[in-house]
Formats: sequence, C-alpha cells, structure tokens
Amino acid sequence: MILEAFQNNTFINLSYILASVLFIFGLKMLSSPDTAQRGNFVSSLGMLLAVVVTLLSKEIVSFQFILIGLIGGGAVGAIAAIRIKMTSMPELVALLNGFGGASSLLVASAELFALTTSNLVAMIAIGIATIIGGVTFSGSLIAFGKLSEIMPGKPYLFIGQKILTGLVILLLLLLLFQFCSGIFFAEILFGFDWINPQYALILLIVLSLLLGILLAIPIGGADMPVIIALLNSYSGLAACAAGFVIGNNVLIVAGSLVGASGLILTNIMCKAMNRSLLNVLFGGFGATDSSSSSGEGKVQGDVKPINIADSYLILEAASSVLIVPGYGMAVSQAQHSVRELGELLQDNGCEVKYAIHPVAGRMPGHMNVLLAEANVSYDVLVEPQDVNPIMDTIDVCIVIGANDVVNPDAREDESSPIYGMPVIEVDRAKTVFVLKRSMASGFAGIENSLFFKQNTRMLFGDAKESVSGLVSEFKS
Amino acid sequence: MEMMLLLFVLVLSIFLGFELINKVPSTLHTPLMSGANAISGITLVGAILSSGSDSSSITIALGTVAVFLASLNVVGGYLVTNRMLRMFKKK
Repeated sequence: MILEAFQNNTFINLSYILASVLFIFGLKMLSSPDTAQRGNFVSSLGMLLAVVVTLLSKEIVSFQFILIGLIGGGAVGAIAAIRIKMTSMPELVALLNGFGGASSLLVASAELFALTTSNLVAMIAIGIATIIGGVTFSGSLIAFGKLSEIMPGKPYLFIGQKILTGLVILLLLLLLFQFCSGIFFAEILFGFDWINPQYALILLIVLSLLLGILLAIPIGGADMPVIIALLNSYSGLAACAAGFVIGNNVLIVAGSLVGASGLILTNIMCKAMNRSLLNVLFGGFGATDSSSSSGEGKVQGDVKPINIADSYLILEAASSVLIVPGYGMAVSQAQHSVRELGELLQDNGCEVKYAIHPVAGRMPGHMNVLLAEANVSYDVLVEPQDVNPIMDTIDVCIVIGANDVVNPDAREDESSPIYGMPVIEVDRAKTVFVLKRSMASGFAGIENSLFFKQNTRMLFGDAKESVSGLVSEFKS
Repeated sequence: MEMMLLLFVLVLSIFLGFELINKVPSTLHTPLMSGANAISGITLVGAILSSGSDSSSITIALGTVAVFLASLNVVGGYLVTNRMLRMFKKK
C-alpha cells in the first residue's frame, strides 16, 4: 500500500499539499512582528519537505548533478547570507531575486529541450516563464548594480527609450505567438527559415533580458523601493509560470503567494509616493523634474546653520524628540550612533520616537532593518500617519539624511513634482535639526523648502560625525 | 482538463495571497520581501526534476545550473531573513 503510494506519486503530491500549507502559514506569520521569525522557519520547513519528496520522485535517475547544484548553490547562499553587512541588504535582496528569476527561466528552457511532442499549453507556459524569468533576472542585476554603486544610481534616460521599450515588448509578444503557434512572422516577412523553436527560445531570452534592462535603467535611487518590490513580485510569478511548465501545483501556489505579496508591497510603496506604478516605471523621476523645479529659482530665505554645542543645549532641554532617518543615515552608517543618542536622550527624561517613511532608503523597510541592527526596539518606530497628528507637541525633530520624505512642498507647493506625496510633517515641530552633508538637493533633485523654514537649523557635516559629536556632548 | 485545474489553483492562490498579506507593518517590509523571495525559490523543485532526469544532456545541464541558482536563492533567502528577524526585538 505504502509502496504503491510512492509509485503513483500520491505520497509526493500529498507532501506538496502540506508544503503549500506550510508556506501559507509561514507567510501569514511573517506579517506580524511577534511571529515573524517562527513564520520564516515554518516556511523553510515547507521548502525542505518539497525538496526532499521531489528527490524521492521516480523520474529522477541520477543524483550526481542535483547534489552538485544543491550543495554548491546552498553553500554560496549560506556564505552570502552570513557574511553580508546589514547595510548591503538591498543589494543582496536584489541579487537573490534575480537568481530566482534566472532559475525559473532555466527550468522552462530545460523543459523545452525535454519535450517530445509539441504541446501548445506547455509552449505557452515555457514562453511566459522565459519572459518573466528573463525580465526578473536582468532587471534585478541592474538594480543590484545601482544599489551597490557599480553603476551610477541616477535614472538613465535616452531619446526614444519609451519607443524602444514598446518595440521590444511588441517583438516579444510576436515572438511568443510564433513560439507557441509555430507561425513565424519573420519567415513570412523576410523569408527566414527558422521554424526551430529552440532558436525562437534563444531570441525570446535575449529580448526578455533586454526588456528587463530597459525597465530598470530609468529607475532613480529614490524609486528603488518600488522596483525592488516589483521584481520580488516578478520572481514569484516566474516560479508560478514554471509551475505551469512542469504541471506542478506547489510551484503555482508558492509562486502566486510571492507574486501577490510583492504586488501588495509595490502598491504600498507607490501610495507612499503618491504616484502610479506606470509613472514610477516610465517617469524617470529626478532626471526630468530637476530642471523644471530649479528653473523657478525662488529664494526662500536664509539657511540657519547650527553647531553641535548649541544643538546639544536644545536637545538637553527637550522633552520629546522625533528622529527621522533617511538614506543618508545608511550611507554614513550612523545607525549605531543614532541609537546611542536616542538612549542618552531617554536617560535624560526625554521621549524618543523614530518616524520612518515607507520609501525612506533603497528598499521597503530599509531603515527598520538598519535600526534593528543597531538594537533599536521596534515599538519606538512609528509610521508617518501615526506621528503627524501629534507633530505640534514634539520639541525637536532630528532629520538624519532624509530629504524628499520630509519636504513641506508636498503639502504647500502645488507646482512641486512631489505635491500630494504623504510626508512626515517635521516642519510643524517646535524645532527641526537637519543633518546634511551640504545644501545639495535630494535624490529626486527637488528643492526642499524645509531648509529655509524659521524653525529649521542645519547641522552640516557627515551624519555619523554629527551624531557622535552630540553623543559625546551628552556624555561630558 | 489538467490545465484548467492548474489555472483554478493559480487564481485561488493569488486571491489567498492578497488576503493573507493585506496588513503588514512597515517594520517587516524587508523580511517579508526576502522571506517571500526565498519561497519563490520553490522553482528548485522543477530544477531538480530536470537535473536528475534521463533527458538530453542539455536539459540536465540547464537543470543543474537552475538547481544551483535556486538553492542559492532558497538557502540565502531563508538564512538572511532569519538573521534580520533575530534583530527585530522589543525591549
């Protein structure tokens, strides 16, 4: 009976159902701070189960290559996960996303070469898995390049970019049609004699890689959280499409769960910037908008600098302080000093909270990860909508390397490109300290009227040095 | 008919996904993303089936590379998510 269950794959399929259930519970638990770590463990058990029962499958005749891949990939993944610095987390997430996509692409391609009879459904699935996998892979590599600063982080735009992107999409669709139906337009139009689906697959791969590059290069630094969340969704959809290729439900369930969660995150990020996904993908924010806003050249008053000793005196007297971190905190690695300052303020009888904008940093939740690394308790981290109503009662806001997410123009200046974006309204606090290297504008290249407000004081210099300076003032 | 069943599962799982992860505190955005990313490494199952099959050597070769990349994705994704979540503490 048991042997029979093994032979007709009943056992394997039942295990796949159990693995799907574990993924569902795991993801559910991952969305609450108290259960998240257990949730990740539950989901990893699901993965282990799915892999182990797959290895028992009777379709497998040789284990040699599987083991090489499993051990090699697992070892590289483990080393990367253990050695990576928390500040490099966005790059690693991007890279892992890309590998997931590439793997789905390869599974689809491998299946094409294993097909013995032509099968329309399988061809559609292979085509779609290849396209999504390819876009995920090259798009993630570009995101990785930008995040790790191998490539310039600025949006890269050229004339005819949208037309080229549109053309590539059109070509991909035509090719997909030919790939599935066997009717090749190029043959009709130009007389090419390329009926071979394997050639079409190679073209499909090349074009989808190109599309991924074209979609990722116009994305600027400030928009990175959106594209990272979107690529995350794609990696799930690619796995889902691969599930159709091999007719396996566990891939479809797991892949679409990831696809859905990535889309939810993408949507949260877009809402936090008050922009549509299309606008983020094709807008090339920053490269185009900087010229229009700087052209106005409005003088907004004088900037009032402050030194560390004077800032200390104000902080020392404050009874409530709100710290607003941004990408600048990650760049100068100031999170540990910030935590120290927060603790000293608390010891001084001051109430300290951290306000974190959803798109601060380079990936969703970037600031939360850095502050958690520095040992800041997550219950003092608050979201903009919770802190804005009580902003008037706050004595001092310390803005550390954040710019666009605290820009009052989002509420006040209808001509501003970020008008309507929900921001942290720090200018309503009694005093605002802005820690900033220089007067350069933010990643979106937009002027920030916060710097010119009556209650704003600029503490120029490297964020880490400034915060450490404040820390030593408190200690002395 | 099998195709229809797969599509059925697809549609239901997408809806389940949206319901499941509807409210996520922003503290967990990164771990949720990297944890979900590890799950997307489920394509490893397909990769193993290709890599160990008795098909042409090109299928085995492509499958093996896919096993490598997917295991990297799975192991790296779960470990790094766990490492992050260990730091998320309430004090």
